[in-house]
Amino acid sequence: MASITKPLIPLVELERNELGLTVRDYEGAMSTLCAGCGHDSVTATIVRAVFELAIPPHMISKLSGIGCSSKTPAYFVRGAHGFNSVHGRMVAIATGANAANRKLHYIGVSGDGDSLSIGIGHLAHAIRRNVNMLYLIENNGVYGLTKGQFSASTDVNSTSKRGEPNLLPPIDPVMLGLSLGATFVARGFSGNKEHLLPLIKAGLEHTGFALIDVISPCVQFNDHEGSTKSYLFTRHHEVQVDDFTLFQDGIHANGSDDGAVTVSMHSGALLRFRSLPADYDPTDRASAIAYLERHKAPDEVLTGLFYVNEAAPDLHELNKTVTEPLVAVPFERLCPGASALEELQKSFV
Amino acid sequence: MDPTDVADPTYYHRVVDCQWACPAHTNVPEYIRLIAQGRYDDAYLLNRESNVFPAILGRTCDRPCEPACRRTRVDGEAVAICRLKRVAADLRGDVADRLPRAPAEKNGKRIACVGAGPASLTVANDLLPLGYAVTIFEQHETAGGLMRTNIPAFRLPASVLDEETQVIIDMGVDIRYGTRVTSLRALLAEGYDAVFVGSGAPRGKELELPGRRDETGETHIHIGIDWLESIAFGHTTSIGERVLIIGVGNTAMDCCRSSRRLGGKDIKVMARRPRGFFKASPWELEDAEEEGVEILVNHSPKRFVVENGKLTGMEFEILEWDEPAAHSRVVDTVVLPCDDVILAIGQENAFPWIERDLGLRFGEWDLPIVDEKTMESTLPGVFFGGDSAFGPKNIIWAVAHAHEAAISIHNHCQGVPVDQRPPFGMNLISQKMGISQWSYANDFNPAGRQQMDHVELSRRFSALNLEVELGFSAEQTAREVQRCLNCDIQTVFSGPLCIECDACIDVCPASCLTITANGSEGELASRLPAPRTNPEQGLYVSAPLPQTGRVMVKDENVCVHCGLCAERCPTAAWDMERFELKIPYAKDATVAWSR
Repeated sequence: MASITKPLIPLVELERNELGLTVRDYEGAMSTLCAGCGHDSVTATIVRAVFELAIPPHMISKLSGIGCSSKTPAYFVRGAHGFNSVHGRMVAIATGANAANRKLHYIGVSGDGDSLSIGIGHLAHAIRRNVNMLYLIENNGVYGLTKGQFSASTDVNSTSKRGEPNLLPPIDPVMLGLSLGATFVARGFSGNKEHLLPLIKAGLEHTGFALIDVISPCVQFNDHEGSTKSYLFTRHHEVQVDDFTLFQDGIHANGSDDGAVTVSMHSGALLRFRSLPADYDPTDRASAIAYLERHKAPDEVLTGLFYVNEAAPDLHELNKTVTEPLVAVPFERLCPGASALEELQKSFV
Repeated sequence: MDPTDVADPTYYHRVVDCQWACPAHTNVPEYIRLIAQGRYDDAYLLNRESNVFPAILGRTCDRPCEPACRRTRVDGEAVAICRLKRVAADLRGDVADRLPRAPAEKNGKRIACVGAGPASLTVANDLLPLGYAVTIFEQHETAGGLMRTNIPAFRLPASVLDEETQVIIDMGVDIRYGTRVTSLRALLAEGYDAVFVGSGAPRGKELELPGRRDETGETHIHIGIDWLESIAFGHTTSIGERVLIIGVGNTAMDCCRSSRRLGGKDIKVMARRPRGFFKASPWELEDAEEEGVEILVNHSPKRFVVENGKLTGMEFEILEWDEPAAHSRVVDTVVLPCDDVILAIGQENAFPWIERDLGLRFGEWDLPIVDEKTMESTLPGVFFGGDSAFGPKNIIWAVAHAHEAAISIHNHCQGVPVDQRPPFGMNLISQKMGISQWSYANDFNPAGRQQMDHVELSRRFSALNLEVELGFSAEQTAREVQRCLNCDIQTVFSGPLCIECDACIDVCPASCLTITANGSEGELASRLPAPRTNPEQGLYVSAPLPQTGRVMVKDENVCVHCGLCAERCPTAAWDMERFELKIPYAKDATVAWSR
């Protein structure tokens, strides 16, 4: 007999958050991804992050497209709202959902195929609109679900499992995000949860489009010697540029500033960067781009929270929408009737 | 911390809490799985290998395994290990052809055993198949020792006892019933190659208080174990209506329940101290109270009230237990009228038959000085086991002592030093059958412990020997076996295969795994995801992992052996492997030393 359901065992008293929930209350279904998939670590980190931020499960909306990465919303926060869209269109659905209900936390999970090939057009425009959401790219540099072809993020000379090198230059989601004006850009590694957890938490606290590129190795098709997205390669080449602390309640942020960069967030949280490289300011886009360009070396995988901008207007501010979710707006106001429409149309003449 | 040495069988043995706690190291999880598969014969024989008397112990064992059971730490209730043992014994078929046999050709060595209790019978069981001639001297006309004389038939039917003792005797024991050994010197003079003393702790403690010797006619003050013995042999068939039992150990429980069956109506067990200090097993207390026995705490015996040469009651001091001072003080006295008093305040060893000038030295409490490993006394060639060795314990300890003594006797007779013990060994066998397929039921079953059904109270006292416990039904058995957490299915880690993907850590339902930087034990323990609440349990630390040099740490205390770590491991660095402890017996000493 066998079973792979994760049982609830009353063995250890589990820690509870402000809502009285345990980390197990934020789990989802059992993963059906390959054993050892980096995506499962990302899932576990999301679970930990929303548990620690004490977000009520029903205030979360999790969305995805198609691909291995896009299966993962099933594996976290079973009490959340969710939408599994067609390939590459997740962020379009998220934009619409966000427009209708601005109070939810939107967590979009996508992959390098879903985001950088079929969905790149939608992604670019969602970044422009500064949709208030967390957008995770589980980036393994390979089409795992279709058995290991190169993806748009495969590095030059990274090889397939059979040894064939890739010749096309990759699209770097971090540079893409920065150039399009994303207001929160970061890179993490699924094998380094201690770093990924604060990135995801900060991304959830950010108001605006938070793009996190997560190197998440494909254990089946891209964890071999010639790969630049394997566990081993990433471990040996990861260079963490930031060292920041997220204070969920900014008022109680302690410790001295000692020249560190501090960012106050709309949510009330506070980000404090310490020991940054001398020529680098994570609140200055030009500085971030310049730094990343200078350190574009094939033997370095830079990770960190590269850029954050809390001042940029988000989708709702840009469109002057109502402050309440549409569901909370009285019907008479939401749909004022034919005469009101006529009045409006007259104003366009 | 240094990497854990898992090549030493002790490490994995400790993980199997029940097997570790059992003096005889019975392979509990394996026999429970065999029961689950309906393989009762195999379950019985596996039991018999280590504990020799599965049917007897399945009813009477003191169960050191159950408080140790991992399940206790999960939902507060141990697996009903003891009662499952009884299931295997009750449902077994004819296993006669699979039991050990004595060879026709003997090895020429003669062993004398004193007393036909569990210790001597185990020695015979281990040595007869090796060609020894074993003679057992027994004072009574039946075998079994205290298992027969002190355990009432309503707990252990005579037929069950007869069957398991007779199997050993029929192997070819030269048993001398009705023969009391009165001199060790004389016994040694008979030229035996070794002598084993398994004569138990046969003397009940006396309570010399005023009035103890004032009765003129037939006495109504009884020594518990003697009284139980005279019931077992049919000499005592009645008792007064009002009975006081002094003491609150397991013998007291047998005395009060026996009184209930012999005509006692108002039965009180008198305890000096509050509950929590009681020596009786909780389940025996429960059974006694279910039968209407009253247990009075904080009563200290002061004198026997004897009027006109006849016992009419007993006076007690009423105590008040001062918890912080851990001390009682007298607050009052009371006289409780009664017809009979049974003293059940302990047992002592008595060796009037061992001459003190033989070189066999005695120590504290007039107990012989016996080596705890070899069971040898200070007189080479004379071995002890069971209650006679270190004072009153229980059947399973007697069996464990006797296995050790048998090895020593074998060594002694082969000219090998007795302290050269054959080593423990182990087997580890992968249980993986395929994707999501394990050869054991790895899913966690939240069922609660099954309650043993008893004969209805209205019928229970109709016959003295009516067994109270009915045994588990098929349904109860099916549920109870699934409560076992299969602690012997070990999580075996191969560090060099690990790619540190965290899959095992993410999936573990008990948060017992961590990959982290190494540290000292205390410091490392402070960085575990689940607090290390039980430092008695092992902390596994791997060698440095290949990619980062960090270590895999596992707190054995919180693991439920569900196998999900191995299930989700992409490189099979984790595997679930069945641990089989190779317990050395006398027969293994043959292989190791005489060839």
